[in-house]
Amino acid sequence: MPYKSSVPLFWRLKDAKYSLVGTKCITCNQVFFPPADFCPQCRRKGKIEKFQFSGNGEVVSYTVIRVAPEGFEKYVPYVVAIIQLDEGTRISGQIIGDINKVEIEKRVKSVFRRITEDNDQGLIHYGIKFEIVD
Amino acid sequence: MVIGIVGYGAYVPKYRITIDEIAKVWGQDAQALRKGLLVEEKSVPAMDEDTITISVEAARNALLRAGIDPIKIGALYIGSESHPYAVKSSGTIVAQALGLSTNLMVADFEFACKAGTAAMQCCYGLVKAGEIEYGLAIGADTSQGRPGDALEYTAGAGGAAYIIGKDPLAELEGTFSYTTDTTDFWRRDGEKYPSHGARFSGQPGYFTHVLSASKGLMEKLSLKVEDFDYVVLHMPNGKFPTNACKLLGFPLEKLETSLVVKRMGNCYSGSSPVGLSAVLDVAKPGNRILMTSYGSGAGSDSFSFLVTDKILERQNKAPTTENYISKKENIDYGNYVKFRGKLKL
Amino acid sequence: MRRVAVIGAGYTKFGEHWNKSLRQLSTEAGALALEDAKLEGKDIQALYIGNMSSGHFIGQEHVAALAADQSGLTPIPATRVEAACASSALAFRQAVLSIMSGKHDIVIAAGAEKMTDITGASALSTLMGAGDQEWESSIGLTFAGLYALMAQRHMKDYGTTREQMAMVSVNNHKNGSLNPLAQHPFEITVEKVLNSSLIADPLRLLDCSPITDGAAAVVLVSEELAKRFENPIWVLGSGQASDTLALHNRNSMTEMLSTKVAAKIAYGEAKLKPENIDVVEVHDCFSINEIIAIEDLGFCEKGQGGKFVEDNKIARDGERPVNTTGGLKSIGHPVGATGIRQIIDIVKQLRGTYGSLQINGAKTGLALNIGGSGATAAVHILGREY
Repeated sequence: MPYKSSVPLFWRLKDAKYSLVGTKCITCNQVFFPPADFCPQCRRKGKIEKFQFSGNGEVVSYTVIRVAPEGFEKYVPYVVAIIQLDEGTRISGQIIGDINKVEIEKRVKSVFRRITEDNDQGLIHYGIKFEIVD
Repeated sequence: MVIGIVGYGAYVPKYRITIDEIAKVWGQDAQALRKGLLVEEKSVPAMDEDTITISVEAARNALLRAGIDPIKIGALYIGSESHPYAVKSSGTIVAQALGLSTNLMVADFEFACKAGTAAMQCCYGLVKAGEIEYGLAIGADTSQGRPGDALEYTAGAGGAAYIIGKDPLAELEGTFSYTTDTTDFWRRDGEKYPSHGARFSGQPGYFTHVLSASKGLMEKLSLKVEDFDYVVLHMPNGKFPTNACKLLGFPLEKLETSLVVKRMGNCYSGSSPVGLSAVLDVAKPGNRILMTSYGSGAGSDSFSFLVTDKILERQNKAPTTENYISKKENIDYGNYVKFRGKLKL
Repeated sequence: MRRVAVIGAGYTKFGEHWNKSLRQLSTEAGALALEDAKLEGKDIQALYIGNMSSGHFIGQEHVAALAADQSGLTPIPATRVEAACASSALAFRQAVLSIMSGKHDIVIAAGAEKMTDITGASALSTLMGAGDQEWESSIGLTFAGLYALMAQRHMKDYGTTREQMAMVSVNNHKNGSLNPLAQHPFEITVEKVLNSSLIADPLRLLDCSPITDGAAAVVLVSEELAKRFENPIWVLGSGQASDTLALHNRNSMTEMLSTKVAAKIAYGEAKLKPENIDVVEVHDCFSINEIIAIEDLGFCEKGQGGKFVEDNKIARDGERPVNTTGGLKSIGHPVGATGIRQIIDIVKQLRGTYGSLQINGAKTGLALNIGGSGATAAVHILGREY
């Protein structure tokens, strides 16, 4: 799949993917992650600014992936969860550590990790995963 | 202007493998190895960790302690012998993740295990010259030992980050380097594992350089052994720094706090930087710390740090080195080779 | 506006067709539909074909042109419709609209997918194109993972059990064992499901529909023309709705708003209520989705879907027979073809001539086709009379 080794496609998203930088519509105070250039509520009247998420949140749901898509095979089994970020929006992300310790409603914080690589010659993709906070 | 460490932070991956686990597979004497190396277990990075991810976590801790706006950092140098790309700066990715300014000097450093301290020297020089307000120096590694080789017992992973600037929690009183062309340990381009000169790494390598640099530093600053409260030396294992400490005339208690190698192995460019962070976690104002790194090839960078009262308000602003070392999960050799990518897929 | 009726229908055997390409499967389905309608290719005025990802599966785009070409239907207008696994229900709806508008009188709506020319891992990655590429696929999610996230929440919020989900697969396989066109025409047990290997906790292998090759086609005509045919089955209602692409952006993890909106429209047009529906096709890509669908379509209260299944109400002789010919689980799920295949099975039930598959007395039927994890839903209600 050619887009998987796309340089620009991943480069565009690095602010958001490395550091959880999203956006906020200061007209209605709604925060967006992934960053949205357009507020569905205020539409063209919305004024959008960058917004830094803290990386703290709570597990809404999770699963353990045991049959992985391309590029993730060596990580099996790994946990993927939907996290409710404290600032009010949700994101999908992996949870590192003991797969048996994950439960709905547990608190998490973000960590910076390698997500996958495009084989031995291609790019390394970095991003955010989550860790259970005891 | 008083210049030194404004903020510091360490990161050590949580997985561990014991000497015994490795020795079992290769049919070697674990007890003898533990005694000879003075190492119990080493840290193993998870499959999704590397020098860049370790640098980001360590630097985030340093920023927490420094309490400065990241955009004021004018230079970022990461020293490592396991940069994820052979060509593509680790520093730029770390800078992006930390939200640093684009008005930034970056280069990746390599000098075996002393690349991190070389980075510190450069940041110090730029700050002292008034060229930048703050510099970020990181020493981090996820180096590998050849399976079955002596180095496999100690090659661990970890790193520490130092923000150099004014208003320090520890003043950098001075630095002194001792460098020669001595090939005790090396790795050719494209090779996965390093080669080494076995016993040659000892006296002509480690000891000559560590002792010369440390003595040179003390002479330069007119300081004596008694002036120091803590010693941090490069830790390829527990034996070498212990012996070097004795040879320099320091009592062993002054080395104890920094001797992290016993419980995490040698994290190469991160070795003395992580040792230093363990000391800073417990240091008091007025303490003086000697740090001497060693990089094969070979060279040593020696520093004297004088702790200020600013340390008290900054020490606890981020997880301590002990926190990372003690939060651990042991794995077996099978998982170790899988995590370290030693299996040819 | 003119009414529309289905007067021809047919689908190929579903399975791993090493010997058949996408073009061969689509042509075969078209021929079956025309034969059933007793029409000739030259009678067809337009073609709508649903196909999700032939570009990734076989490196072929421009699939509608390919189908028209290979079926000898050129120069009629041929249009590909894509909405992930809801592609062909949407193709059906486009065909319906084209007749309702008066633009055409006789149209073929089809769906086809050829999934087995690439490896399983590649197929899984390709299917994730139905999710959010930038924020779901990129972090290692799979479709089983997305539905597992919904299942975990449904279990937590409503006490739905693994056994209830397993019963969905058992029911669908029981029906599928009667269907000669099914990929897996055999019965299974709850125990077999619960012992099958984990794919994405809590979903196991036998909770998941397979990777399949197949094609399906129907012939639709206008009200005036329908009177000339033997057993026209009328399109009583057609509803379609969209929702956020990423699961994490939905308001609820345990229901599909798109289904509820589409169903409301379809029920409204058909002037029917859930209790009036005699036979149902839902999108059991994963067993939990059948439970969620039963709730969203109004056949039971929210959260009671598991119990509905456990009480056997979805059985052939139950209150609401669901997936009476095997569903996606037993028949197979060539993603672009499923929507039309579901509609065909409703049509055949309503005609009253479905042999051993027949649900007696079925007069109205409903088909629900979902795209992705619920970003698209299409509900079609059909009936013997209007």
